[in-house]
Amino acid sequence: MALRTIVSRKTLAALGSGLRAEARLAASRGLVTFSLPDLPYDYGALEPAISAEIMQLHHQKHHQTYVTNYNKALEQLEDAMAKGDALAVVKLQSAIKFNGGGHINHSIFWKNLSPIREGGGEPPKGSLGWAIDTDLGSMEALVQRMNAEGAALQGSGWVWLGLDKDFKKLVVETTANQDPLVTKGANLVPLIGIDVWEHAYYLQYKNVKPDYLKNIWKVINWKYASEVYEKECH
Amino acid sequence: MATATATTSSAVPATAFLRRQGANGGANRSLRWARNQHQRWSPRRSGAAVITAKFDLKPPPYPQDALEPHMSQNTMSFHWGKHHRAYVDNLNKQIVGTELQGKSLEDVMIRTYNKGDLLPPFNNAAQVWNHDFFWDSMKPGGGGKPSGELLKAIERDFGSFEKFSEEFRSAAATQFGSGWAWLVYTVNPRPSDGKELLVLKTPNAVNPLVLGYTALLTIDVWEHAYYLDYQNRRPDYISIFMEKLVSWDAVSAKLEVAKSRVA
Repeated sequence: MALRTIVSRKTLAALGSGLRAEARLAASRGLVTFSLPDLPYDYGALEPAISAEIMQLHHQKHHQTYVTNYNKALEQLEDAMAKGDALAVVKLQSAIKFNGGGHINHSIFWKNLSPIREGGGEPPKGSLGWAIDTDLGSMEALVQRMNAEGAALQGSGWVWLGLDKDFKKLVVETTANQDPLVTKGANLVPLIGIDVWEHAYYLQYKNVKPDYLKNIWKVINWKYASEVYEKECH
Repeated sequence: MATATATTSSAVPATAFLRRQGANGGANRSLRWARNQHQRWSPRRSGAAVITAKFDLKPPPYPQDALEPHMSQNTMSFHWGKHHRAYVDNLNKQIVGTELQGKSLEDVMIRTYNKGDLLPPFNNAAQVWNHDFFWDSMKPGGGGKPSGELLKAIERDFGSFEKFSEEFRSAAATQFGSGWAWLVYTVNPRPSDGKELLVLKTPNAVNPLVLGYTALLTIDVWEHAYYLDYQNRRPDYISIFMEKLVSWDAVSAKLEVAKSRVA
């Protein structure tokens, strides 16, 4: 277990330094690029809710690919803008949404999860817990609603608990593919996102998406969601 | 004429539709047989004709392990046995007692596509059709190159088989999220270049039929199609599909049918 930690951290460090070098180069041209964030826990730390195999693939392959392709798209965008190529700029928008959205969403997702021994699954105390009861009925009702919407989502996408920061109300929303929550409303702040792309659960749960949704709540990091909520609703 | 109303719940109110189809109240035989199969699909037995207003889960035209090692039996047992089966079962539940019951699958698909304003049964109907088509697009010992009229048509419209293959693979690799890549035949040649064969990619359950084309070949790029065997490596899956699985016989037959309709 410890050895796997060392290996994974080393790999991440190598990835990170490689990307940092690229970032330095790009930064010298004024372009900010992105790198894969470290997970705040080991790949196996969320078992049995989410397997180590899935966590490693999801982080090192899927999220990394979004980061790599996002950076590529941004470089191409910078190029197109410098040349005044309006058509090229417009054509790049879908790649930016896909890959930038993928990077944004997954960065939130890793923070939305936490090992049980670090508080994963513990319901929120304080103002967020209260808001859930007020706006959505109860924690049970929230979970049931998000699970139903996640199960019914066709194709790939996300199910979100969000905060409408204008009305200070909690909402449940879904987005397709890698669309971030803001695509459903500019005033929506993501608190909890659950990835329902098949890659998020297939190796472990196969076609039984509802079981994945039932189990992920055991490792949901309500501490993080509460922090975000309190920051917006002070 | 009743118009199908879009609802967000899965239960369609019977009052929304004109009439009930007289249906065989008994269980659909082929579904019952197919329930416990391991090495083989359960083939439909010939027997008394049963008038059923339900759709069947059709088995692929080869045994479940026939596409090993390129597409594992494990994958087939889930992809056909769970995913495809669920689309069939859920479609039947959705249309029972509605005006869609008793109509052909293509009919249900086109009606529920509703010119792009999708009605709830569309996803299930189209996915039933798409998966039937997908199993037919493959065969044991497949791959290689097409021949005869099909090859001529591909060379005419793409320049070479290699250029077609490149375009098809690229479409499959760049369909973001869930979806399909297709080789299609268009009855009306594309005005810009006179092409009759085109490569398309579609999201989720959308297919060329509802867009007005004739499908010739497809590859499923929903993650469930390749994740057990290839994980995130979709390009590897696509390569193996082209090199080892494509049934060019099936594609040729479909092109012949399409052209004979036009002649």
